[in-house]
Amino acid sequence: MKVSSPQFKAKVVTALADPHLRDALGQSRKGFVNGRGALVAGLPEFEQLRDQARDVKDHVLANLDHYLERFEAKVTAAGGQVHWAADAEDARQIILGICRRVGAKTITKGKSMVSEEVGLNEALEAEGYQVIETDLGEYIIQLAGEPPSHIIAPAIHKTRAQVAELFEAAHGGPRKTTVGELVTEARLVLRDKYFKADVGITGGNYLVAETGSSVIVTNEGNGDLTQTLARVHVVTSGIERIVPSLEDVSLFQRLLARSGTGQETETYTTFSTGPRRAGDPDGPDEYHVVLVDNGRSKMLGGKFQDMLRCIRCGACMNHCPVYGAVGGHAYGWVYPGPMGSVLTPLFVGLDSTYDLPNACTLNGRCQTVCPVRIPLPDLLRELRHRQSLAGLRPRAETRALHAWRFVAERPRLYRAANRLAARALKALDGGTGHLTHLPFGQAWSGLRDLPAPEGQTFLEMWQAQKRP
Amino acid sequence: MSPRVGLFATCLMNLFRPNVGFSAVRLLEAAGCTVEVPLDQTCCGQPAYNSGDFDATRALAKQLIEAFEGFDHVVGPSGSCMATIRKDYPRLFDDDPPWRARAEALAAKSFELISFLTDVRGLATVDAAYAGTVTYLDSCSGLRELGIKAQPRLLLGSVGGLQLAEMADTEVCCGFGGSFCVKYPEISGRLADDKLARIKETGADTLLGGDLGCLLHLAGRMKRCGSKVKVFHTAEVLAGLADGDGIGGAAEGSGR
Repeated sequence: MKVSSPQFKAKVVTALADPHLRDALGQSRKGFVNGRGALVAGLPEFEQLRDQARDVKDHVLANLDHYLERFEAKVTAAGGQVHWAADAEDARQIILGICRRVGAKTITKGKSMVSEEVGLNEALEAEGYQVIETDLGEYIIQLAGEPPSHIIAPAIHKTRAQVAELFEAAHGGPRKTTVGELVTEARLVLRDKYFKADVGITGGNYLVAETGSSVIVTNEGNGDLTQTLARVHVVTSGIERIVPSLEDVSLFQRLLARSGTGQETETYTTFSTGPRRAGDPDGPDEYHVVLVDNGRSKMLGGKFQDMLRCIRCGACMNHCPVYGAVGGHAYGWVYPGPMGSVLTPLFVGLDSTYDLPNACTLNGRCQTVCPVRIPLPDLLRELRHRQSLAGLRPRAETRALHAWRFVAERPRLYRAANRLAARALKALDGGTGHLTHLPFGQAWSGLRDLPAPEGQTFLEMWQAQKRP
Repeated sequence: MSPRVGLFATCLMNLFRPNVGFSAVRLLEAAGCTVEVPLDQTCCGQPAYNSGDFDATRALAKQLIEAFEGFDHVVGPSGSCMATIRKDYPRLFDDDPPWRARAEALAAKSFELISFLTDVRGLATVDAAYAGTVTYLDSCSGLRELGIKAQPRLLLGSVGGLQLAEMADTEVCCGFGGSFCVKYPEISGRLADDKLARIKETGADTLLGGDLGCLLHLAGRMKRCGSKVKVFHTAEVLAGLADGDGIGGAAEGSGR
């Protein structure tokens, strides 16, 4: 997928002016946040579960080679095949290769952020395959020709009226008005596609090393139909999504839906182990797992390893005030919000993603809701550090920081500078207590007045013992 | 013996609101402390830290540690500055054990003002009055890094004549975020307006909070929008020094 993160600021302005976006985001996010809050309050051991989940992930990341090899051995033993994709191009070629070999025409897809990350749909469509997204949100944005704007609710930016319009155009009227009617219409259109599909591609919420199983978690059951009705099932997953055992799956399951959608559990949790065996009532003829690295292994052992604990629940963006104001598209790549502002610079490079780590107030709410305790604000700050080392910070800002440091390292000069500023600003307020216009501070005074100082600094008043 | 407290005069307090500093002194003295204000202090370094300039942060951290390590406690009227000292200073010196030890020692005795009064000095009431309905802004650093939530509410509960009206979404950022507020003014403004709407819903005539950054940002937006809600730092009310029009003065057209 093309990176449009350099246009962040322009997209922010557009997004903030879009009343539909505001409605759409406000509604759904409130549901997620309130749902999570209520469920967490009702589960006294929730904080302990977060500790455990963090520890399991840290253990896996410290022994990733072991668990990946174990997983591969188990998949092979069950009759499936594991493919190793070093980067996005590798992943695309592996999957194109499978589709060509089996003579596929129609490909159904369950929701997979990794497939977005590697640009799979574009590659498949370029070779003439018919690709159908079966997750309702993904289906909506496929019709709209847009990327997802949220990792678990890809069409969160769309209002019901906008969806009705898209469906009317794609399916031929009459226009539906209720959510129920819209869902039914999508179901009827999609139902037929599942049976026609040659290849069904899904993501993987967990890869279980103990059994060689891939696990998907959905609310619509579309993933199950995608992976059981197609002739060939292809799982795309990041290498970090591995867990040691089924026991661990149950731990993460207690956190995932509560954190993300605000549900105790999602409606469907489906385990796939190998292709259809003799005597199985259903299942695919072939089972493939494409393990995607694409920059992940470089994060191991460094300051950003904690980010690899991410289970893609979406809690960080649900609780992020910036995401809530501007939506996911402003971030300009696959992963939005706090987790995306860490991952995007690491995956696509610091140069084209300058705004992402900076457009954050460091309020820390994301960290407090992260089910695997990723210190997102610290990672964003570390990225700012890397940006400054790489010379990416705007020159004016760097100069201002250096000048400020020069003064702040000299207490006498610092006190004098503040005395001067207190007087100068006070002189400009015209007796109102606030300044309405700052000649060199439009970024502040464009939308706020500046409360004026009292006229003398605290330190000088203290020194003079002018205590009231 | 009364503990010797070094008052950390935060940058924004020193420049914009000395009254908060004198309020802090009055409250600390009432809580039995001897207050001193070392003059070789400047900034805690948070602006550099959040800009990713860790070298400058270390330089300023060392300066502050040297200025304050002789005191029994370091107290400042800001959750975010004191969180920098308490939470961030030690890890800035991961590769420098002697300074790491000094940073840890300082962190352990550094406190945000209101939580110091309640949690360390055991204060549960203050001798002050304020005629008005106030709503309280939880600033994110204090709330999440230092666990400041109940302490200001406890003390405000003892202020004569004061009614507390809680706003909704109290865990949501107001959009200040340090330099964020000038780097991304459009987003910052949207978040401020959301917060102003929550404040308005309470019907309060006064906004209180423990961090001048957030308060200057919101007071500035309120003045621009013509809101008549007064803004004070919590310490000013608790010390009985919340007189006049508050931070930013009176809004235009309010008959000042």
